[in-house]
Amino acid sequence: MNAPVFAPWTDQSAEPMIRFRNVTKKFGDFTAISNLNLDIYEKEFFALLGPSGCGKTTMMRMLAGFEEPTSGDIIVSGDNIGHLPPNQRPVNMMFQSYALFPHLSVWENIAFGLRRDKLPKDQISARVDEMLKLTRLEKFARRKPHQISGGQRQRVALARSLAKAPKLLLLDEPLGALDKKLREATQFELMDIQEKTGTTFVIVTHDQEEAMTVASRIAVMDEGKLVQVDTPDRLYENPNSRYVADFVGDVNIIEAKASPLDGDRYALHWSEAEDALIGTTSTALSDGQSCYMAIRPEKIAISADRPEDAANAVQGKVEDIGYLGNMSTYHVRLNSGSLIKAQVANQRRISRRAFAWEDPVWLSWTATAGVVLAD
Amino acid sequence: MNRLSPFNIVSLTLGFAFLYIPMLILVIYSFNGGRLVTVWSGFSTKWYGELFQNEAFLDAALVTLKVAVISSTIAAVLGTMAAYVLVRGGRFLGRTLFSGMIYAPLVMPEVITGLSLLLLFIGIGLDRGVLTIVLAHTTFAMCYVSVVVSSRLVTFDRSLEEAALDLGATPFETFRLVTLPIIAPAVISGWLLAFTLSLDDLVIASFTSGPSSTTLPIKIYSAVRLGVSPEINALSTIMIGIVAVGVITASLVSKQQLIRAKRDEQEAARTE
Ligand SMILES: Nc1ncnc2c1ncn2[C@@H]1O[C@H](COP(=O)(O)OP(=O)(O)OP(=O)(O)O)[C@@H](O)[C@H]1O
Ligand SMILES: [Mg+2]
Repeated sequence: MNAPVFAPWTDQSAEPMIRFRNVTKKFGDFTAISNLNLDIYEKEFFALLGPSGCGKTTMMRMLAGFEEPTSGDIIVSGDNIGHLPPNQRPVNMMFQSYALFPHLSVWENIAFGLRRDKLPKDQISARVDEMLKLTRLEKFARRKPHQISGGQRQRVALARSLAKAPKLLLLDEPLGALDKKLREATQFELMDIQEKTGTTFVIVTHDQEEAMTVASRIAVMDEGKLVQVDTPDRLYENPNSRYVADFVGDVNIIEAKASPLDGDRYALHWSEAEDALIGTTSTALSDGQSCYMAIRPEKIAISADRPEDAANAVQGKVEDIGYLGNMSTYHVRLNSGSLIKAQVANQRRISRRAFAWEDPVWLSWTATAGVVLAD
Repeated sequence: MNRLSPFNIVSLTLGFAFLYIPMLILVIYSFNGGRLVTVWSGFSTKWYGELFQNEAFLDAALVTLKVAVISSTIAAVLGTMAAYVLVRGGRFLGRTLFSGMIYAPLVMPEVITGLSLLLLFIGIGLDRGVLTIVLAHTTFAMCYVSVVVSSRLVTFDRSLEEAALDLGATPFETFRLVTLPIIAPAVISGWLLAFTLSLDDLVIASFTSGPSSTTLPIKIYSAVRLGVSPEINALSTIMIGIVAVGVITASLVSKQQLIRAKRDEQEAARTE
């Protein structure tokens, strides 16, 4: 029952498998990666998350050896690999476009890397069969890539990159081309394979749900910099900035001026017409400092009357209701004019919904439900 | 289906007539029984028989074939290498100059190319013969090959090469095992182009050939100056036949491949 939690990043003595040390990458005048430091540990499933153009692919390509850092070091298992050509790195990459060799069969595609190592024939054949079995592709071994479906191609690409049992597997938006159902199934398959093989995975995605599902830790990037590196739950519950709170999941951001109460509690003055909100934060804020309260829609309760013991309660009118099937999102316009989203699980059929358009409602949340952010 | 309008029918007929009537006349007269080319005197295949008795023509045909095969093969190798460097080599000093110079022989008048090659061969004291024709043909055919191959390389998915490198292949293995098999159709069509160019080249060959080695076009040209003989009609008909068979086979094969690829893809979609 008491399985040890996998968290090498909390262990001071653990040696990271990959270290980026002050890595900068420039394309001409343009800085794609700026002075980046990052440790990734063995057996991690590490996700790089960020908007388009923030440098995720560039980081991958530096790990795989297709780009050289302009300055700084990339160290894998103690060796500086910054200037090693790609064919000499213990790293394999699964390409976003799959990059399957069109003139080779599925079997030969998977065997390609093994043959380069000059392994004996029977060993290659055994390993390829093992990979085919792992990715459930036995039936398609003799086919060419254009003779199989998109989902099968994606599994071939995965099998090919896993065949050499690399220390590190890079996945650049591996599931981008799949439909939602297949993507979810494959996410779990990936996690399963990662667990079975013990390979360290680094995955690039701009789908935050995907990152949350598969990753042990996530790095949120913006314009070539790391904004926050943390476990999915900490990223969601304790974002270190407005940018992260906004990027990961849905959030209401309320701008306010802080005034300290007792301990880590602050009163947040956000509107002339409304009472101050109460929030907590571990960062010390000075009196009158401007800050933001980030509160997730599902942490806000919605009721017809003012709840008695709520730390924060505001009144408004339902302006819009978004029906998502399992959830409904209420857009509530407050008396002060701001718009707040609250999310409620649909435990009843839609015809029995408690609130309708234009209904006056109260929104409430506890003092610790939201996070107070200085920037 | 769009029906052809009368205007289209007329222009189609005129166009094809313009292209093919001269050849048709040539083919018909190659089966003429008499020695006079312009007077029809009954069907006969005797000129074909005569042709195969004519040693001079057969020798010339052999030289032509030898030159075409050797020069187009060398041109295919060199042209592919040049295209690869120009498309993949990244930026290097003088790259624009190089790519411009590769295309120059395409627009250069053949007379000038021929003349300059002649001067070169005389200058370095190379006796004119099969070797010099091969060198000359390789020179200009290489440019055509490099144009054909580089247009294929430009659309080549770079990540395939990166994937090969990533899986541990050396740059040379990557070229041999991934790039070359995929661009092979372009190399082959470049080879075919070089082959046909060499087959029917008259100008450059006449500058670079020696007395002991005459190619077929030169032979035909000099024979015609003494008067068109029915043998030449027969020879030309054979050449038309060979080219036609080649072109039709090539287009049938590529059509077949297209159909097969389509069917495979549909099948793949079904076994999803
Ligand atoms: N070879 C290159 N030359 C010049 N600029 C480049 C090159 N490669 C990438 N860039 C620039 O570097 C930045 C980061 O690119 P990168 O491909 O890493 O983005 P990304 O985070 O992977 O984005 P996406 O989610 O769209 O794939 C972009 O602004 C891009 O224009
Ligand atoms: Mg990218």
